[in-house]
Amino acid sequence: MGRNNNQLIKSIAGVIIFYALIKTAILTGFLNPYWQRVLDQSLIYVIGSLGLSLIFGFAGQFSIGHAAFFGLGAYSGGLVSKMLGTGSIPAFLLALLVSMLFTALVAYLIGKPVLRLQSDYLGIATLGFGVIVKVALDNANKLIPEMGGATGMTGVPQVVTFEWVFFFTVLAIIISRNFLHSTYGRVCTSIREDEIATSAVGINPAKYKMLVFVFGCALAGLAGGIYAHCYPFLHPSSFDFLQSFNFLIIVVAGGMGSLTGTVVTAVGWVFLQEGLRFALGEAFMDWRGVIYAVLLIILVLVRQQGLFGNKEIGVLAPRAVLTKGGKKNAAPES
Amino acid sequence: MPLLKVSNLCKSFGGLQAVSNINLTLEPGEVVGLIGPNGAGKTTVFNLITGHFPPTSGEIVFEGNTLVGKAPFEICNTGIARTFQNIRLFKDNNVLDNVRAAFHSSTDYGLLGAIFRTPRFRSEEKRITNAAINLLETLNLANRANDTAASLPYGDQRRLEIARALAGSPKLLLLDEPAAGMNPSEVVNLVELIKNVKAQFNLTVLLIEHQMGLVMNLCDRVVVMDFGEVIAAGLPSVIRQDPKVLEAYLGKGAFA
Repeated sequence: MGRNNNQLIKSIAGVIIFYALIKTAILTGFLNPYWQRVLDQSLIYVIGSLGLSLIFGFAGQFSIGHAAFFGLGAYSGGLVSKMLGTGSIPAFLLALLVSMLFTALVAYLIGKPVLRLQSDYLGIATLGFGVIVKVALDNANKLIPEMGGATGMTGVPQVVTFEWVFFFTVLAIIISRNFLHSTYGRVCTSIREDEIATSAVGINPAKYKMLVFVFGCALAGLAGGIYAHCYPFLHPSSFDFLQSFNFLIIVVAGGMGSLTGTVVTAVGWVFLQEGLRFALGEAFMDWRGVIYAVLLIILVLVRQQGLFGNKEIGVLAPRAVLTKGGKKNAAPES
Repeated sequence: MPLLKVSNLCKSFGGLQAVSNINLTLEPGEVVGLIGPNGAGKTTVFNLITGHFPPTSGEIVFEGNTLVGKAPFEICNTGIARTFQNIRLFKDNNVLDNVRAAFHSSTDYGLLGAIFRTPRFRSEEKRITNAAINLLETLNLANRANDTAASLPYGDQRRLEIARALAGSPKLLLLDEPAAGMNPSEVVNLVELIKNVKAQFNLTVLLIEHQMGLVMNLCDRVVVMDFGEVIAAGLPSVIRQDPKVLEAYLGKGAFA
């Protein structure tokens, strides 16, 4: 178990060092409150993007409606917290649970009919679902006045600190990693590679497409729930299909089938956005479309497989297995 | 009791009768060759047995239970494994994971076990990994375990498909043109390999093949199809003299 323990110690140390660095930066004033928020947002994007990474990057199910699940999580969790009104930690955790369960339930109900579709058609169906959710949120105040509809929702207790975001991010990464480095992860990538062959080795593809879809959407719901407790103003336009493209870009640019790529790119993408806003000032809103497009074109020309391809680093990499006459890069089996 | 009994099997695609009134019986331990010209309906028979298409009519019984109406994954789990004519590997996954994926239905831990890394998860992963490596060793692929499946040469990919099929501990193995694209020396090795694997795993084998050398060396019986029908069946040595078979392959008058 030598390598295993080593890896574990290294990653725990890495997490603690990262946390300590950020904390020092905050206390010394190096990271001002504005950039702290950016950091929070980037970690929330990590959680949401991990969900899409599982669904699209690993299981190959093309979804352009991911922001809708992010939004459902934000609004359902936010609503629970607002109704309870206490702003206590148990209420916050209950709200997050509601975010995840509600999103998972919706994902199950929508997945039942649409997951039998293949690639592009699934994309169109999920895009349609995203539009429906946006319209529903725009008009939600007619059913539940607290949700605010097109004028946005306020009044969710702002209880989230950096510690909470950091904790849930690390948790989401660990859960995703453990899921992928198991028979379930192998089933997902098999489905991505060849659905017919997957069914021919005794696996029911429909069941596991549903599993990973619900799982990934629940992560988006969790991200949304945290978002609602972190930003005082929720608006349906934050969860429209343009937002879905953000998630999609992160997963594709990071590398399909790479957790490392998703995590790094999600953080990088949010900081890039804010950095551009900082550098360009007022002009940012006009130029961002151009800049994103140029960056994506460069990426596609220079590195089609995404920044990380399907490679992983450190503890996120699956254990290589040594076999007789196998390559020497394989680590010894414990 | 026969292992597999196919009776009056028919399949039509629109107006095309791809398979008509096929009867086929496999006894345990047999190696049976299914041959015939291109387009005769051989692969369709495989697809019907493994549930990839529903038959138009007819019955398929495996160990006394009907397979008609079952999904491909259910049929695989009853003990029928197959390979594909146009290799269907999990290309971007490594060789080991191609085989390990096929152990999924015998895996004895749940989602929570995977996420919390329970002791059962660890012992099951160890079992699956060792079993997969053993299969790779049997098929001379162990040295490529960490390479992606797509990077293997053609013959190795065909053997990897067999390894993956064996992971489900099947009783019946369906091989769709296992020797396609192999050179004569590779075919000789493949014949040995299939014989070994058959003995080691107690298999019954039904195989589609165009390379007559392999069919003659390996098969106890041969069934010949043409235009969706069985035109001859019997011992390989008898079949190769059958005028109907020669006609199907070479055209009328060729044997005269």
